Amino acid sequence: MKIVQIDYGAGNVKNIQFAFERFGYSPVLTSDIDEIREADKVIFPGVGEASNAMDKLRRSGLHRIIPELSQPVLGICLGMQLLCELTEENNTIGLGIFPLEVKRFSNVVKVPQIGWNNIYGLKSHLFDAITENEYMYLVHSYYVPLCEETIAKCDYELPYSGAIRRNNFYGVQFHPEKSAAAGEQLLKNFLVL
Amino acid sequence: MLTKRIIPCLDIKDGRTVKGVNFVNLRDAGDPVELAALYSESGADELVFLDISATEEKRKTLAELVLRVAAKIRIPFTVGGGISSVEDVDLLLKNGADKVCVNSSAVKRPQLIDELSSRFGNQCIVVAIDARQISGSWKVHLVGGKQPTEIDLFEWAVEVEKRGAGEILFTSMDHDGTRNGFANQALAKLASLVNIPIIASGGAGEISHFADTFIDGKADAALAASVFHFKDIRIDELKRFLKERNIEVRL
Repeated sequence: MKIVQIDYGAGNVKNIQFAFERFGYSPVLTSDIDEIREADKVIFPGVGEASNAMDKLRRSGLHRIIPELSQPVLGICLGMQLLCELTEENNTIGLGIFPLEVKRFSNVVKVPQIGWNNIYGLKSHLFDAITENEYMYLVHSYYVPLCEETIAKCDYELPYSGAIRRNNFYGVQFHPEKSAAAGEQLLKNFLVL
Repeated sequence: MLTKRIIPCLDIKDGRTVKGVNFVNLRDAGDPVELAALYSESGADELVFLDISATEEKRKTLAELVLRVAAKIRIPFTVGGGISSVEDVDLLLKNGADKVCVNSSAVKRPQLIDELSSRFGNQCIVVAIDARQISGSWKVHLVGGKQPTEIDLFEWAVEVEKRGAGEILFTSMDHDGTRNGFANQALAKLASLVNIPIIASGGAGEISHFADTFIDGKADAALAASVFHFKDIRIDELKRFLKERNIEVRL
């Protein structure tokens, strides 16, 4: 199986790499368009600020390639948010795969949310062998509201999308690569989708 | 619900853990990676590595250590100790650190916080503040708490948040090493002034101190070193104790 991790200079790529290596897989870190198209599974990482990340995607032409992919794609954290149409973070236009708008938590809660929170309402094979209310590690200031595409919920200020899915595109707000055994299980599940 | 975090802190010198670590079941208790893995498997929510070495090779040794830790452990970790530039942080994050922690260098040049958060995002920038009370008012201290400044703890905390800190690690030098509990009054005041998570540090001696700092100190996380290293407190027992008191923890 060929797994690629999209390299566009805006991701926690090393940790995702290590997470797969711990159970015997070795994703290729690449920005090569053909290599990404031919992969069996695609990881779309993202850490940092949205508008800079989108600029980088546009400069490399990846913003046109990613929405055309037909194999399973997993967006992680900012990667998930960039799969959406729009994010409030510097009013950035995303890739538009999910017709959703990413919002900022209001200051009635501490922002960013940092730490372990439970996910529930799990409905996808992405969560096979992961129990309801399992804890995952999150670090974020922006969130995807609940919607038709929600496949896992999470609560902070309000219930929001812990994970979303549309066709072959999956997004998780939490960091599976940093979420102990449950996170590792999710990455394994992604490989058999 | 978001849980309260328990964070063991490992002091590192020349790539090795220091401070009487007492783990008989480890092949090499001086190896930070082994100790980190043990904590990670026993329920720690996060780890902090504080490099106290002062050698010229420090940058390289620390970067190599970060790489080895990231390869092995499945929970987030923060690295601190002598970080003073964008380049330092870039290397550590590239090697797999989740967050970095700056202290004296930010006091000396506050603009550093703005530079780091605009480049890497505020979620990975922890500002550590060491302070103690002098004639009734909390003053920021430098060089591991040895050198006093005129800077007020609470004003500095508000400033670091404005400049883009994603989290504050507050150590009370008055409480550190006493094992008499955390500085909960000061912590609660900090919590009322800033809207970013606060990690309480300094003073942990018994499991009840952790409950106190989460309830009275309104802390989001609690950090300790020796009580975990000497196995006075086991993390799994601590978390069960907190859970029984209706404090949300990851079990």
